[in-house]
Amino acid sequence: MKLLEMTHVGKNFDDTEVLRDISFSIEEGEVVSIIGPSGSGKSTFLRCATMLEKMDRGSMSYLGECACVEEDGKSVYASREKLKDMHKYFGLVFQNFNLFPHYSVMKNITDSLVSVDKISKEEAKERAAALLSQLGLSDKADAYPCQLSGGQQQRVSIARALAKQPKILFFDEPTSALDPELTVEVLKVIKQLAKSHMTMIIVTHEMQFAREVSDRVIFMEDGIIKGQGTPEELFETDNSRIRDFVGKLSGN
Amino acid sequence: MDIFTMLLKLGSGMLVSVLIFVLTLLFSLPLGLLVSFGRMSKNGFIRTVTKVYISIMRGTPLMLQLLVVYFAPSIVFKLKVPAGYRFAAVIIAFVINYAAYFAEIYRSGIESIPKGQYEAAKVLGYSQAQTFVKIILPQVIKIILPSVTNEIITLVKDTSLAFAIAQAEMFTVAKQISAAQASIMPLMVAGVFYYIFNLIVATTMEKVEKIHSYYR
Repeated sequence: MKLLEMTHVGKNFDDTEVLRDISFSIEEGEVVSIIGPSGSGKSTFLRCATMLEKMDRGSMSYLGECACVEEDGKSVYASREKLKDMHKYFGLVFQNFNLFPHYSVMKNITDSLVSVDKISKEEAKERAAALLSQLGLSDKADAYPCQLSGGQQQRVSIARALAKQPKILFFDEPTSALDPELTVEVLKVIKQLAKSHMTMIIVTHEMQFAREVSDRVIFMEDGIIKGQGTPEELFETDNSRIRDFVGKLSGN
Repeated sequence: MDIFTMLLKLGSGMLVSVLIFVLTLLFSLPLGLLVSFGRMSKNGFIRTVTKVYISIMRGTPLMLQLLVVYFAPSIVFKLKVPAGYRFAAVIIAFVINYAAYFAEIYRSGIESIPKGQYEAAKVLGYSQAQTFVKIILPQVIKIILPSVTNEIITLVKDTSLAFAIAQAEMFTVAKQISAAQASIMPLMVAGVFYYIFNLIVATTMEKVEKIHSYYR
């Protein structure tokens, strides 16, 4: 089954058409990377998929449940309750982590489990502890975000997203705020997740990483998908624009 | 009048000052939050109304506001005011004045929280109310503490403005004794009272700030 299906998505900011007719779907266990120049609409696309932004045109469904349908050329969203409920299907890891600075690492992970998903405190803590040990952060459970390196913060935010046991995990340039060394540390975690067949959609500028980790790579520009395929197909494409872009960023 | 009687009289005045202080904070802190919501409302009408309200409260003397609140009901609206209205008028005037200042402090704090905090909360499924109470407000409080401390210290001294409508708080009492005894002593004693009061306020607030210093 398709975990997420979006068809003919369009989005405007005032007069600028940021997304123009994008259709996209993802199967369970698939890892998809989205690459493309700044301003190509990658992040907006991700924000539409995670409902941080409302799309203007097109439809979207998670696991066959409609989040929005297109009527008379406009996106019509489901009820607020329905949409809120659908948030359980996905998690999002931000470029700037967006951890809650006043909560400890443990509470960052468990608080929404307890107060939103109504899971018992004990179970939430167990889940968090298991994830922290998996991500090599067991000793940081009581630390506050400000006491952690960028890489550690990003791993905590990955743990926070995973603790909700989402069907799909989105990453919005997860390493753009990190130096090369910390980038490696975070990419390692994402590769680990890919091996365990976590369904992931990753917006990234790390070409080498996208190539290694993805089942499919999408090249976006000017609000449309200009090319997609397996990493081999896309990175060896005849399309000179894509080859040019990939080449520049890979440093070849 | 011996020193002891004087201190006793000043002490009872002090109690009134403290009462004005406590009641003003008790009502103006929550009211200020409400006003700040109005100030940031998506509804243009509510936004304009609160903006005008804040502008008037901050743009005119508190002493004038005290006089208006106290005299307007009887003189302008020809209402019969109850006997205890004097004290109520003091509290009303202080609360609506300080709420306006606090509203702007809250607003500055709320607007300085990065958008990402709201987005992270939304993706994690927090409701809007939960997001505000659990995620945003605690961080806002930490940010605005120094400005709030400033405002509270000013309030301690501003309680003496109740003098304008002859509310018998400490400054009014000190002035009366001072005039009757032709001595500046009572006023000096009152000054020491205010100073100690504010010293306590400042130390307390410093402690509160320390409690919030475990994160950045």
